[in-house]
Amino acid sequence: MLRMEDVCKSYRHRGQVVQALDGATVAIARGDFVSVVGPSGSGKSTLLLMLGGMLSPSSGRVLLEGESIYDLPSDGRARLRKKNVGFVFQTFNLVPYLTALENVQVPMYLAGVDEKSQRERAAALLQRVGLGDRLDHKPAELSVGQQQRVALARMLANDPALILADEPTGNLDPETADQIIGFFEQFNDEGRTIVMVTHDPRAAVRARRTLRLSDGRIVDETRGGRALHVA
Amino acid sequence: MKLQTLVWRELFERKSQMLTCFLAILLGITTVVAIKNVTHYSEKAVAREMDSLGANVLVLPKSVTLQDYYSADMHDEVIPEEYVMRLTLSDIEGVDNLSPKLHVPVEVGGRGFALTGILPKSEFQAKAAWAGAGIFARPIGCGAIDVGAEPEPEDKKTLVRNRVIKDLGSHEILIGSDVAALQGIAEGDSLTLLGEPFSVVAVLPETGTVDDSRIFGHLHTVQRLSGKGEVVNCIEIVGCCKEIAAGLVDGVNKLLPDAKVVTVKQVVATQQNVNGMMERLSVIFLAIIVVVGGAGIANYMYSNVFERRREIGTLMALGAESGLVLRIFLLKALLLGLAGGIGGYLLGTVLAVALGPRLAGVPVLPMPVLALWAVGISAGITLVASCFPARRAARLDPVATFQEI
Repeated sequence: MLRMEDVCKSYRHRGQVVQALDGATVAIARGDFVSVVGPSGSGKSTLLLMLGGMLSPSSGRVLLEGESIYDLPSDGRARLRKKNVGFVFQTFNLVPYLTALENVQVPMYLAGVDEKSQRERAAALLQRVGLGDRLDHKPAELSVGQQQRVALARMLANDPALILADEPTGNLDPETADQIIGFFEQFNDEGRTIVMVTHDPRAAVRARRTLRLSDGRIVDETRGGRALHVA
Repeated sequence: MKLQTLVWRELFERKSQMLTCFLAILLGITTVVAIKNVTHYSEKAVAREMDSLGANVLVLPKSVTLQDYYSADMHDEVIPEEYVMRLTLSDIEGVDNLSPKLHVPVEVGGRGFALTGILPKSEFQAKAAWAGAGIFARPIGCGAIDVGAEPEPEDKKTLVRNRVIKDLGSHEILIGSDVAALQGIAEGDSLTLLGEPFSVVAVLPETGTVDDSRIFGHLHTVQRLSGKGEVVNCIEIVGCCKEIAAGLVDGVNKLLPDAKVVTVKQVVATQQNVNGMMERLSVIFLAIIVVVGGAGIANYMYSNVFERRREIGTLMALGAESGLVLRIFLLKALLLGLAGGIGGYLLGTVLAVALGPRLAGVPVLPMPVLALWAVGISAGITLVASCFPARRAARLDPVATFQEI
């Protein structure tokens, strides 16, 4: 489903060239659940951004379903994300002035879904993550765990085949983090492909496989406890 | 969820910033609308005042000076009466009230007076229509303010004010107040002048000018009796002040190169000064609004984009295209502009109507056309000022979303 072919990314920072990714090659099959670990600055987030079509490589190719995504213009990549990709952020990135229901409606609005269907599906998704009684709460009125669950519901809005998560449990207590990883397992069981950047070894081990990055290179790959689920 | 919801909710998320920006637009538009409204009615009132003062443009034979005309009252030089037709048939605006005059000396009761031949308006209007000028499509009058007064009934005595009367029979005359007093003549009397009998249809009220010692008769009768042919000594024009300022004198000069066209410059200059000052004031205020208001809005929008870069990045990560981000900011600018324009028009109109009579001494009425103007200017300023910030938002790097801000 997803392939990175000899991808490099370098940029200048205070006059010095920083090699964020160095010859990364990886293939991620449909239904896979991959965790990406490594020390800070090892290139984890760069790799995730590239898979999501948000950061172009200095060299190499990134293919989604066989299509080279950086050969598309930026609006073309936006359409690709809207259709195929669901993002989850460490700090949730909910729109503060919209209610939980409205936040979940946003991706559907972007995809051109009519308002009635938006509301019905958003309410069902919030119900699924256990927030059926918090539809009209704004993010500031919810706990961090609840906010991340709203973000999960928003991520599911357009039924994405690929989920990209950047430290989804980084801001959560162990119990809530466990709950969120449980949701990811459910989404994987539904056949969705997941790539999750994490610092949390307990979260990483629940993926099917783990990629370890160091200085922009993939240095190790280990298998986790989950079996590959193919839809 | 739709675009309007997204924009509307955000507007009220940062209330104090939005209110500051809105107030800047509102007060700016209010000021300009109030000034424009008062200026409009003040100009009209001044124009009306000026128009009621009488003739302010004179067409004279080349060799005659204005000094000659006023001091000697009479002179022998003449210009063809045909000039009246040329003026009437021309496309020059502001020459609605023409009064050709021919003076001949007459003796009444042993004293010398001037018999002035004048042409009633109805005659040259009819001639013009017959000659192909159509039905006087040109607007008549100077657009003076209509304060709802009843139109005055046609009266021969309006000659004093308007310099023109509508109808006058060939053997009817109007008598100046001095002539009437000295000779004991009253309305309805008969008088013999240059061997022909005339009936006195009106005694004119006292004006304090040479008109008081004049007798007014029909131009063509005076021409026949004097044996001078179809000529006049002068053509008085009650030119509208606005048109005089806009170059009426030059227009008449070009049309009648063999005549001398003079204007009561001082009077016109005063009007021009007042109008010009008001106009300049309104332009200065408009420039201030455009520059200060525009800069304020641009600044507000730039900081809004900066504060919302994470939210914009999130929307882009969720699949928002750059065009949508642009629309989010431009719609916000448009809403602020529309609200500022409508509010500014209402507030400005209330101020103008309430304060106009006190400040400018003229009645001021609401001007609906200013609503379109206010909304147009306001929305225009906010949209133009928001263009660059909105473009910056649309080109924002969505990677910012992943970085701690």
